[in-house]
Amino acid sequence: MTLRIEIEDLAKHFGAIKAVDGVSFSVKKGEVLGFLGPNGAGKSTTMKMITGFLAPTRGTVRVCGHDVLTDPISVKACLGYLPEGAPAYADMTPDGFLRFIADIRGLSGADKKRAVASAADRAQIKTVMFQPIETLSKGYKRRVGLAQAILHNPPVLILDEPTDGLDPNQKHEVRTLINEMAHDKAIIISTHILEEVHALCTRNVVIANGQIQFDGTPSQLEAMSDYHNAVCVSVANVDGNAFATFLNGLEFIAKIETLSANRGFRIYPANGRQITLELAQVIRGNGWEIDSLYTENGRLDEVFRTITMGATGSLRSST
Amino acid sequence: MNMRNIWFIMKRELSGYFATPVAYVFIIIFLLLTGFSTFFVGNFFERGEADLYPFFSMHPWIYVLLIPAISMRLWSEERKNGSIELLMTLPVSVFEAVLGKFLAAWAFTGLALLLNFPLWITVNYLGSPDNGVIFAGFLGSLLMAGGFLAIGACISATTKNQVIAFVLSLIVSLIFVLSGYGIVLDFFSGWAPTALIHAISSFSFLTHFDAISKGVIDIRDMLYFASVIMVWLFANAIVVNARKAD
Repeated sequence: MTLRIEIEDLAKHFGAIKAVDGVSFSVKKGEVLGFLGPNGAGKSTTMKMITGFLAPTRGTVRVCGHDVLTDPISVKACLGYLPEGAPAYADMTPDGFLRFIADIRGLSGADKKRAVASAADRAQIKTVMFQPIETLSKGYKRRVGLAQAILHNPPVLILDEPTDGLDPNQKHEVRTLINEMAHDKAIIISTHILEEVHALCTRNVVIANGQIQFDGTPSQLEAMSDYHNAVCVSVANVDGNAFATFLNGLEFIAKIETLSANRGFRIYPANGRQITLELAQVIRGNGWEIDSLYTENGRLDEVFRTITMGATGSLRSST
Repeated sequence: MNMRNIWFIMKRELSGYFATPVAYVFIIIFLLLTGFSTFFVGNFFERGEADLYPFFSMHPWIYVLLIPAISMRLWSEERKNGSIELLMTLPVSVFEAVLGKFLAAWAFTGLALLLNFPLWITVNYLGSPDNGVIFAGFLGSLLMAGGFLAIGACISATTKNQVIAFVLSLIVSLIFVLSGYGIVLDFFSGWAPTALIHAISSFSFLTHFDAISKGVIDIRDMLYFASVIMVWLFANAIVVNARKAD
């Protein structure tokens, strides 16, 4: 089976508030799905329904082929879950805590020992294994939660903001860990750190107001940016006005923008296509010397804002 | 139902008691109160009888005060710090969790009760009591403690606040004890039909415990406490399911 998580028309209403309202998507083995959206968009609520913590108002969730409503224990057995804020038993040590999780996950004897040691090693908490969890820093607490989620090597991982509150080094380590595990698992990660879209995800779902606003690859997400394929160029020893006039005359350019402090111009292509090579050729053809030239991929924060503020409505790519 | 899961949850919960000074403080206060009530309220020596009736007769009142202190944290703490989300997304059923936690609290109370063994040694040294009656007293006391714990566990699941859980459990426990107390029954006896008075007093822990503590092990009293425990634990599971995500 390749489809590990199947979600159909999932909804959760709290009274009149529609926290999640008709969400459908699926995650395959090998996929890392980045779940993006502003705070309160319904990310955590959706994850709580997938993991069987919250009962949906309507819709179905299947994990590894098991329906979360009719067979919640099988669903919970095949997934690892890091809840938001990485809750744990504060008075326990990571060692005691992980051994408890291993017991509940049905591991015993040498398997249990190996699973605890391996999870502690991969989450890098070996140095704090015998300190009460309540005395640990935020970063360590998060990693204890992560160790707990990966302990039984589950085929499905649901991680609610796994890098929240970590310093840049710790973030890097957690991302490396997730990337290492990605090939044989189906993973859902919620985040609002946009740099993780490229660092971690093979696919993104953007959710706002309880509904899916985008479902596609990180590149497709970037392609929605106004800056996608825009070229920043500056040329040496040429009068700015003359250069601008020249650029405005080119038919493959939609508009140009003057960058501050004589750093040249940002050029937006017509129809969003790749114009970098073409542009370089015509500039050189004019005998001008290029100082700098680079293509922008697109700005995720701008796309994120556009999508989640509802300006573009529902944009679903075809994948 | 998976017995292993119940055992693991119980074990974790029990170790939680001893991870903090709470367990030791509780045991010491419990022993002080039982000792005090036996010798000063129950007049253990003055009675001149070789039994532990003065010891057992105060148990309902001691439990009303102390059991809520054990049960208050069972669920409200999990809800407050969010670990309930972790527990309820492990492959464990709600009832396994409810039972595991309850059994941990019950085992702990049982341990505190057992630590009164010097009293048993004393009474055997001073005279020759009927140890069957004393055994019945311990059994009855343990069953009654289970009843109080089940009430407290259920109430603890209704709130994130341990103080509220404590106060509410104390009040509900008090109602269950007082409904068999003379003053309360006198209040009804003037006007209420006898059947109602019997019904009220038959709901009291006091009525059922009194018989056991005198050495009369009646299956109906045992069944009464067993059903009190089951009903409250069942309600506990329902409350946990309904309130876990709030």
